[in-house]
Amino acid sequence: MQILGILIPVSLGLGGLGLLAFIWALRGRQYEDPKGDARRILSSEWDDHPKP
Amino acid sequence: MSDAALHDHDGRLSACPACDAAPLAQRIAGAKGGQAEVILSLPTIHCATCITDVERVLNRHPGVREARVNLTLRRVTVDAPGLTAEELIPVVESIGYEAHELDPAALSASAADRQGRDILMRIGVAGFAMMNIMILSVAVWSGAEDATRDMFHWISGAIALPTVAFAGQPFFSSAWRALRHGRLGMDVPISLALVLASAISVYETLHSGHHAYFDAAVMLCFFLLIGRYLDYRTRAVARSAAEELTALEVPRAFRITPTGDEPVPVAELRPGDLIRIRPGARIPADGEIAEGSSEIDRSLLTGESIPVAAGPGLALSAGEVNLTGPLVMRVTAAGRDSSLARLTALVAAAESARGHYTGLADRASRLYSPLVHLLAFCSFLGWYLATRDPRLAVNVAAAVLIITCPCALGLAVPAVITAASGRLFRRGMLIKDGTALERLAEVDAVVFDKTGTLTMGVPQLVSLDPIPMDARPLALALAQGSSHPLSQALTQALREAGTEPAALADLREVPGHGIAGTWQGRAVRLGRADWLGAEHGDATLSASWLSLGQGAPIRLEFSDRLRPGAEACVERLLGSGRRVLLLSGDAAPVVCDLARRLGIAEWRAGVTPLEKAQALRDLGAQGLHALMVGDGLNDTAALAEAHVSISPASALDAARTASDIVLMGSDLVPVAEALDLARSARRRIKENFAISLGYNVVAVPFAIAGFATPLMAALAMSLSSISVTLNALRLR
Repeated sequence: MQILGILIPVSLGLGGLGLLAFIWALRGRQYEDPKGDARRILSSEWDDHPKP
Repeated sequence: MSDAALHDHDGRLSACPACDAAPLAQRIAGAKGGQAEVILSLPTIHCATCITDVERVLNRHPGVREARVNLTLRRVTVDAPGLTAEELIPVVESIGYEAHELDPAALSASAADRQGRDILMRIGVAGFAMMNIMILSVAVWSGAEDATRDMFHWISGAIALPTVAFAGQPFFSSAWRALRHGRLGMDVPISLALVLASAISVYETLHSGHHAYFDAAVMLCFFLLIGRYLDYRTRAVARSAAEELTALEVPRAFRITPTGDEPVPVAELRPGDLIRIRPGARIPADGEIAEGSSEIDRSLLTGESIPVAAGPGLALSAGEVNLTGPLVMRVTAAGRDSSLARLTALVAAAESARGHYTGLADRASRLYSPLVHLLAFCSFLGWYLATRDPRLAVNVAAAVLIITCPCALGLAVPAVITAASGRLFRRGMLIKDGTALERLAEVDAVVFDKTGTLTMGVPQLVSLDPIPMDARPLALALAQGSSHPLSQALTQALREAGTEPAALADLREVPGHGIAGTWQGRAVRLGRADWLGAEHGDATLSASWLSLGQGAPIRLEFSDRLRPGAEACVERLLGSGRRVLLLSGDAAPVVCDLARRLGIAEWRAGVTPLEKAQALRDLGAQGLHALMVGDGLNDTAALAEAHVSISPASALDAARTASDIVLMGSDLVPVAEALDLARSARRRIKENFAISLGYNVVAVPFAIAGFATPLMAALAMSLSSISVTLNALRLR
């Protein structure tokens, strides 16, 4: 049962990490243009020299 | 229920303070640097290449700091201090994309965005908590005992209580409001279930009980928030598109002052002002012509399809279109006194009468929530009287509340409406009102307006035959020189016949009359009958006359072009057994001709706006649910009076505001399809109610008998939510 002492915090920590990532994406306005973001990856405009 | 919930959303503290701060900071930055951002609408962009093209060409333009395309909203935001939309539009148009200026003040996007992010944030938190608690609950369900079970319950509680307090906030505040007004909305049983489930679980955990409902409480929040988010999305998409239509029309007038013309907002016009009206422009206020002569298109106001000749002294109303010559108009009534504003007041009166429609969801919750409370209370009372054990009785009552909680019911309507309006949106229809789809499903009579609705309001040459072959190049050369709709129709017809224009000398437009030129020493003219010395007679069609300098002038007849899909749409409506009526303000022969062509038996001509509204009211009195399709100012009152209404995007702002659904494309067929889709959507909603009720009917006896376990609650809740969503997606 000692394993629980490690596993529960680990699972909570991983879940929390996911939550933080979601909040970060939400704050970064990454849900503003889902259609456009899906298409942008197809453009080769910034492939060789990343957008400054 | 959800409508009120969304409105009050603004009043509360936001779930994400940073989301509030960011737009605020932007607004402050924007205020300092003047109008640094220009927003353009790009209706034709659709792919990755379009995004790159537009951004590249704008970023290369001197003075542009940053351009960012939003494909979802089909807009580009350009950060360019000192540049105006007039300078940027040609840049985008030079690479072949249509662009229009949007009035940033009319777009309240930031407030709506904040609301959406707020709900998303709560869904994220509830989802995280649900997953973690589930991991612990699975262990408990599969047999964890004693100290282990207690520890798992404690950890679950530590996650669940803050989550319920945060994610359940929309339900708590909406339930509190409902209670204060003495109503029982859907949110009251939801809140009660959340609070009771949390409280009983804490109590059970403290006394090392077997059952804790932390997982159920959080899961409830999660599923219901998804329903609420779907509901919000549907509204937000419709609202932003409707706002965009409004923002496209930046209402300005050109006032004549001693120092020259100055553009002023229409709201600042005063009676007595002189304003200049360019050819092709809409008249911004009521008044009379002071100088100039032209022709006036009144179709949006009266439904007349033939333009009227205009000279000094003629009275003009706001909403008419000046066709050929520049005019100077003296304003007699502006703003609140204009005929436009009087019609708007009519519309407001009619709309307030329609505001009482209760949707299926509201009707369901009205039946449902008293029943749920009664059931829970009865089981508490029964168990208490039977066993004298308050702990057991409360446990059973909480289980009943959780099992019956309208989790799937909260998803039943939004999931279907989202699927249906997404489908309609792809067919070019925009739903502005939440209950419009349900009202559309009840329609059994369809009333059409003629000009601009069944027809395009654009003339079309009936036949090229009257023009001799050798005169065609001449006619084309004359017609090309004018922007009058009849000339443009003639130009198009001749071009399609492969005619090349002749070389004309001395080409000049005589406003209000026509266009004249010289060809090999002969004066050639194209224009109105009286100008060329011909008789127009009492013909039903609009006509233009061509004079070749010798012989009698040639009569060219034009008919109004039918809107694409009009025939198919009317045929489908008649085929489905609905009554189809045609009400037009135009002259009887034209209306009769069109009605015969489309096979509409019931038609009336020369109908005034008030008579149209009265006709709709009469239909309502006969117990019919009428759908009104119209575009003009003369239809506005009728649009608001009808059970549900549709207007094309080309309609006047006032008409679009009054209608529930806006047709974005020019094809009319989607109207007939929408009626069928609305019917199947209503069927799906009812099926969804049946599904969620079915789960309850099976599970409630277990709960009342005291056999319900947290595992059963979790299973019933997730299964019913998923099956309801899947059923909604089945919609075709």
